[in-house]
Amino acid sequence: MANETPGLDQRDVAFDAKFFRYGFLAMMVFFIAVPFVNQAAGRDLIYLVFLMKVLCFGLFACAFNLLLGYGGLLSFGHAMFLGMAGYFSAHLAKVGLQFDQVTLFKVSIPLSVHLPPFSTELAILVSTAATGVLGLLVGLLAIRRQGIYFAMITLALAQMIFFYCLQAPFTGGEDGIQSVPRGKLLGMIDLTNNTAMYYFVLAVFTFGFLLIYRTVHSPFGQVLKAIKENEPRAISLGYQTERYKLLAFVLSATLAGLAGATKAIVFQLASLTDVHWSMSGEVVLMTLLGGMGTIFGPVAGSFVIMAMENYLSNLGAWVTITQGIVFVICVLAFRRGIVGELEALLRRRLTFRQFLFEVFAFRHHKRARDKKRG
Amino acid sequence: MRPAFQKLTEEIILETRGLTKEFKGFVAVDHVDLRVKRGTIHALIGPNGAGKTTVFNLLTKFLPPSRGTIHFKGEDITRDQPADVARRGVIRSFQISAVFPNLSVLENVRVALQRKRAGSNFAFWQSEKKLDAMNDAALAILDRVGLRDFAQTHAGALAYGRKRTLEIATTLAMDPEMMLLDEPTAGMGHEDVDRVRDLIQEVAKGRTVLMVEHNMSVVSGICDTITVLQRGSVLAEGPYAEVSKNPQVIEAYMGSSDGAGGPA
Repeated sequence: MANETPGLDQRDVAFDAKFFRYGFLAMMVFFIAVPFVNQAAGRDLIYLVFLMKVLCFGLFACAFNLLLGYGGLLSFGHAMFLGMAGYFSAHLAKVGLQFDQVTLFKVSIPLSVHLPPFSTELAILVSTAATGVLGLLVGLLAIRRQGIYFAMITLALAQMIFFYCLQAPFTGGEDGIQSVPRGKLLGMIDLTNNTAMYYFVLAVFTFGFLLIYRTVHSPFGQVLKAIKENEPRAISLGYQTERYKLLAFVLSATLAGLAGATKAIVFQLASLTDVHWSMSGEVVLMTLLGGMGTIFGPVAGSFVIMAMENYLSNLGAWVTITQGIVFVICVLAFRRGIVGELEALLRRRLTFRQFLFEVFAFRHHKRARDKKRG
Repeated sequence: MRPAFQKLTEEIILETRGLTKEFKGFVAVDHVDLRVKRGTIHALIGPNGAGKTTVFNLLTKFLPPSRGTIHFKGEDITRDQPADVARRGVIRSFQISAVFPNLSVLENVRVALQRKRAGSNFAFWQSEKKLDAMNDAALAILDRVGLRDFAQTHAGALAYGRKRTLEIATTLAMDPEMMLLDEPTAGMGHEDVDRVRDLIQEVAKGRTVLMVEHNMSVVSGICDTITVLQRGSVLAEGPYAEVSKNPQVIEAYMGSSDGAGGPA
């Protein structure tokens, strides 16, 4: 048995734990420090609004990665969870729950509910839970099929949600729900202050991120990985694999909902953009670019994509083309994504000089391809 | 119930009656009556396309039968789901190697132990460190099959013969009453074949094994009963010495009935 690169053949639990610990530390230091650095510099070196966008989409992509990278399920309709949660939380925070009747399939049932606008945290919580229920319904339908059929069912259901959002009275159609109040966190902290809002978003993101890490590294996550690797074998060991996949789907949908609900409060807007199918595509792009099946990958992917959209916005439509080119390069040359490639390099414990050499000579790709495990 | 009859039903652990599978008019398995005695190693042999793997898939419910019934320990399991059959204690292996390639060898075995000990575990909020409690048991199993040194290797990086051995180790971790092995020595070199044969013989103690196998040295060496399938039907059944002299079996393998020595 050839064993020239022990780092790739051997399971190195210590490395994994170290990579996570230092990676998480670096990420948190960066995100926590930015407002202070901006203050010290006297101007916005990095806009907080931009970072809040990165965090919201980062959490969205992490949730998506839980399903794709660790469950092996490619959903092509995840925008429905992001978007619907946005509509829910925007509506709850702005209007509350106000209706006199419930109309289902043209049958109206009189039911009078009048709740004033929800507080920010309650609006986010309730809409996250509601998105979880939506995830359960969609999951029950979609999980029975695999591969491209699974992707198509999720896409079809997401399109239904899109047209519902386009027509339904509460979503505001083309206008969306605008000027959503940010409100006060627990009635005390004024979220109209960007710095306060930023730290709140960071806290939500960190909660979601750590929950995903824990899920991946739990007894459940272990079974999920096994199912992804070889589903017939997992079944033959007595695992009811559909239940595991369904739970992964619901968790992913719920966390995508958390991201969407928070995002609507941050930008004080819920619009059709977030339920559109192109958003489902964008999250695939972020995840693959950053590194599918790596814990930090989706955050890195979100950062790069958002940076391109923000800082290259004067290129207009060319941003989409640039993204396309980056995507093609990534798929052809960096199959593991930004974080995946970085992790593979560090795992081999190269010296700094070797590291630079490998990075610039792209040699590890060739070797990795030669040694591709099956 | 007469004692003799009771003894008979006790002895048979797995029984099929009139098991049939049709694929759009093509009959892959045709009225197979299979009776596997408890505690024996039973081989299912036959030329390519005889329907051996299909029978396996029917028995483990990976395919639904068109007609016929399957009884395990006297209970009808014809309508069970694949995972339910596994929970009854019937664990199968696959023709193509069935490991979890990106999990370590240890984790491969642990996934099986986890199911065996904890049942369905949906605890996504717990730490995976809880699983370390099973490490000793997993290592003991790896020790038994001679894979302990590879505990931390990714299963996908193992050599072919070791992958098949790991598969048996994973199956063993389930402590099954009955093991269904689909061509456990297919594609192996001589030394590996001998090693796996000895391993099967060892792990078969106290269990029932039904295996599809092409290698006659394995079949003649360790199997108590042999069922020969041809074109979906049972051609012959009995111990090796008897079956190998059956002219129909010789013809099925050799294409003529005058060949001596039986299937090679």
